[in-house]
Amino acid sequence: MTTLTVQGLTVDYGPVRALDGVGFEVPGGITAVLGANGAGKTTLLRTLSGLVPARAGTARLDATDLLRTPAEEMTRVGLAHVPEGRGVIAELTVEENLHLGALGARAARRGTASRFDLTRVYELFPVLGERSGQLAHTLSGGERQMLVVGRALLAEPSILLLDEPSLGLAPRVVAQIFALIRELVDRDGLTVLLAEQNARSALSIADRALVLGLGRVVADESAAALAGDDRLRHAYLGA
Amino acid sequence: MQQLLTTTLSGLTLGFVYAAFALALVMIWRSTRIVNFAQAPMAMITAYVALVLIDAGYSYWIGFAAALLAGFLLGSLVEWLVIRRVDASNPINPVILTLGLFIVFHSLAALIFGSRFRSFPAPFGLRGFEVGDTTVALTGFGIFTILAVLVAVGGLVLLFRFTDVGLRMRASAFNPEVSRLLGVRVGRMLNLGWALAALVGSLSGLLIAGGGLVHPSYMDPVVVYGFVAAVLGGLDSPAGAVLGGLLLGLSLSFVSGYLGSELVAMAALVVLMAVLLVRPGGIFGGIAERRV
Ligand SMILES: Nc1ncnc2c1ncn2[C@@H]1O[C@H](COP(=O)(O)OP(=O)(O)O)[C@@H](O)[C@H]1O
Ligand SMILES: [Mg+2]
Repeated sequence: MTTLTVQGLTVDYGPVRALDGVGFEVPGGITAVLGANGAGKTTLLRTLSGLVPARAGTARLDATDLLRTPAEEMTRVGLAHVPEGRGVIAELTVEENLHLGALGARAARRGTASRFDLTRVYELFPVLGERSGQLAHTLSGGERQMLVVGRALLAEPSILLLDEPSLGLAPRVVAQIFALIRELVDRDGLTVLLAEQNARSALSIADRALVLGLGRVVADESAAALAGDDRLRHAYLGA
Repeated sequence: MQQLLTTTLSGLTLGFVYAAFALALVMIWRSTRIVNFAQAPMAMITAYVALVLIDAGYSYWIGFAAALLAGFLLGSLVEWLVIRRVDASNPINPVILTLGLFIVFHSLAALIFGSRFRSFPAPFGLRGFEVGDTTVALTGFGIFTILAVLVAVGGLVLLFRFTDVGLRMRASAFNPEVSRLLGVRVGRMLNLGWALAALVGSLSGLLIAGGGLVHPSYMDPVVVYGFVAAVLGGLDSPAGAVLGGLLLGLSLSFVSGYLGSELVAMAALVVLMAVLLVRPGGIFGGIAERRV
């Protein structure tokens, strides 16, 4: 089981402080990162995966110091990040997108012991198999989300960062994809950090939830407790 | 009939050279959004590398191979030393930079190799084939030119379509950030792209030089023709660049053969302006506009 430990994480964009001393621990399972637009969810995920430099703090994935790991090495230390807006490479085919994901797996994770290979991904998302030769820009929003999740799985991650996977998707599609993520966590021991504005859907599959408000952690508790905490829900989640 | 054939064949041969040069420009534009104005003098430098070796007694082929290798290394070096350090958020910066490199390479060549004209050998005959009692304008070197460009284009197609490195290079060009998240070492891929583009540029330089004269400016007209060919093809499309090169070679050959050779440079610029005004996305419609 993988543990992500973050302490005092602080990030500035010029004069704007986007994260201010964020600390939490993810001991496995699904941790939802909730908060209104602009709370710092995307910044947190981008900092963990090396796309945004931190001003201060630490972030460790088991023995790896994430803040000293370049973004292009993240898949090789077991971290996969599906960015906001999904990050489909539209000019490549579905299969090329997936193959690219598999190329990023660290060598030791490839081959015999692999939990996720192309066959498995096509089993999980049959529609991707049907469309394997099509350019990715022909896919619907839901299919794109399946593609980027499948592509991230092929890197054999121990932790998966998902940034607003529900954005722009029909509730039925969101439910389908979230159920599948829950299944991957239970069956394959995947750890997930799920940034969402859609608190209701996220809490329905999460084990724990972290609420960000203006770059600070305002709540860190079990998903069930948060779902029942009307005060917090009203204050930070608008629900 | 004889003139039509001659004009067509010499236009095709030249068109393949422009195609190679345009392809090199497009490869760099696609991956780094930079028009490499220094590509002609980079190719020129590598032609001198070949010439120095050939003059020292090595075979044409040793010189040829060394020039291509030099092109590859020079492209990699230029990307590493200069291009990746430029702040491309203002698009004028890389333009000034590659224009600056253009002048630097010219001066270096004049300094190291001298600025007089030197003749460059060709590995094959420069006389047309005789068929019956007429001479066809296709020379041995012309056939070599066409084959060499076809091999280069074919090699690139195989690399980009069917290898993991090619997939990584395309992904880096299309979406560098997502590629990094997928474990692609994007900087390395862009560097390799510059190296390969410079190699293809060197090839066009060697093909222009063969059987002719080289001096520090001998490639400069090709910048204009190669750029026109690339724009004809839409600047973003490797296949478009090749077709654009062939089309331009043929058109200019007809202008030269039927209207007068002094009009060629002007004709190329007229074509360039016409395309930019009428079809700024290139004449081969349907090539998708790049998403921003
Ligand atoms: N590239 C950037 N440059 C400057 N400010 C930014 C940038 N990205 C985000 N911000 C600011 O940082 C804060 C957090 O944004 P973000 O992490 O995108 O929040 P969320 O994903 O929760 O909506 C916001 O105030 C936002 O305006
Ligand atoms: Mg966000």
